[in-house]
Amino acid sequence: MLSFDRLSKTYADGTHALASIALDVGRGEIVALLGGSGCGKTTLLRLIAGLDRPSEGAIRLDGEAIAEPRADVGVIFQEPRLFPWLSVAENVGFGLSHLSAFEREGLVTNALVRVGLAGHEKRWPRELSGGQQQRVAIARALVTRPKLLLMDEPFSALDATTRASLHGHLLALWQESRPTVVMVTHDVEEAVTLADRIIVMQPKPGRIFDELDNPLARPRDRLSPAFEAAKREALRALDRSLRDEAPHQEKAAETAGMWW
Amino acid sequence: MSVLEIANALDEPERRPAAPHRSYGLAIAGFVLPIVLAILWEWLVAAGIANGRLMPPPSVVGRTLWGLAASGELLTHAGATLWRVGAGFGLGALAGTVFGAVTGALPVARSLLDPTLQALRAIPSIAWVPLFILWFGIFEASKVALIAAGVFFPVYLGVAAAIQGIDRKIVEVGRVFRLSRLAMVRRVLLPAILPDWIVALRSGLGLGFMFVVAAEIMGASEGLGYLLVDGQQLGRPDSIIAAIISFAVLGKLADGLLVAITRPFLAWQDTARDKL
Repeated sequence: MLSFDRLSKTYADGTHALASIALDVGRGEIVALLGGSGCGKTTLLRLIAGLDRPSEGAIRLDGEAIAEPRADVGVIFQEPRLFPWLSVAENVGFGLSHLSAFEREGLVTNALVRVGLAGHEKRWPRELSGGQQQRVAIARALVTRPKLLLMDEPFSALDATTRASLHGHLLALWQESRPTVVMVTHDVEEAVTLADRIIVMQPKPGRIFDELDNPLARPRDRLSPAFEAAKREALRALDRSLRDEAPHQEKAAETAGMWW
Repeated sequence: MSVLEIANALDEPERRPAAPHRSYGLAIAGFVLPIVLAILWEWLVAAGIANGRLMPPPSVVGRTLWGLAASGELLTHAGATLWRVGAGFGLGALAGTVFGAVTGALPVARSLLDPTLQALRAIPSIAWVPLFILWFGIFEASKVALIAAGVFFPVYLGVAAAIQGIDRKIVEVGRVFRLSRLAMVRRVLLPAILPDWIVALRSGLGLGFMFVVAAEIMGASEGLGYLLVDGQQLGRPDSIIAAIISFAVLGKLADGLLVAITRPFLAWQDTARDKL
């Protein structure tokens, strides 16, 4: 459904953010991009969202190359990015302006119920906590029923309890229409909790290091041995991805030493 | 703390239960010093310790103000002044907003226009008066032009800075929802700059009142500024002080009106109440 073809991205300042990414994502699959900082996870997500253009290669969604944001792709950013001048309901309904007020209200109310914010329709974003704001952002992205949902570390700024409850909300919403999900995370447990497949990435330039299948049945029990095993496997892969990178760092340290 | 703010504080007792009481107390505190000074001066003059010719006591100023109001003169003068400020502010604010929006949004326009406008800004607006009189005559047009020039710059600067300061992240959300250029302006950019725009309008309005005085002092047959000059020429400080008080009241009312009109649009703001 979503395919990357020798995808590369070099920024104007020469930063080689992504090199030859090749990947296929199936319909309804949840894929987590896992990796340390600077491995191009966010860049990759922005390319899929159509917010940036690839330098080489292409991303295809159902065979169509992505060049700009699409109506059937929803994005949840690292920050809630709500419009502070719109009420909670207006924020959620932002992408539904083509519908009648009645239809919009129905969808918005339903989406807010799903994220546990029923009754908060008329409040301003500033009156909500960080976790509530991010839930509004999730509702806003999902209310348009996208067939592809992109998430850029959407829970990284939240505490562990809030994060766990949001994972639940997200999976409940996902069950409804089963969109394909590509999410960026640096949290191994989050990747194992949510994803069907974990793509471990490696920096400088950003590339795919390893792919792990995560066949655990949902709902996943965080305390089960299978979950622990999957988590350990993902951690090991992440570790290896960072160790392989180590020689670069030593070289950098040497150069830094020469500077003295 | 003004009468208007007290009124607003009292309007919203539910949302901020503690505020009305505190605001009220503070407002009283603000009145203490001027009232004590006024009573003191009144007493000094009444007791014959000060003569009060150059600085008339409050009772005399009050009587003059009442006399002006009763004869309808005050209304004529205040009306003339308000009309000038209104017309000048309207023109200046409109031009400032348009130019600010254009230079803020288009880099080409910014490099073309902004240096010239900044250079013009460096000219004290009063310096335009002789030229404006030659161009527009000695009547209303030159006064309105001066006020408009004074209002233009703060509005222009405020709008341009606000547009450049719009958060890229929030614009990106607009892009994700595939807003057209027009929809982006209407649904994202305009609401985002609204608070800064209103602040710019308020400082513009303040300057408008400053320049109307300058314009009227330099030659007018009516208006509160005329009342100032008239009081000076006739040696009537009471009339000057009456005009000054009228200016203060009008300025504050106009500002309060602007705030009151725009307040509903800023209810979402985190700091709205503290800022305005």
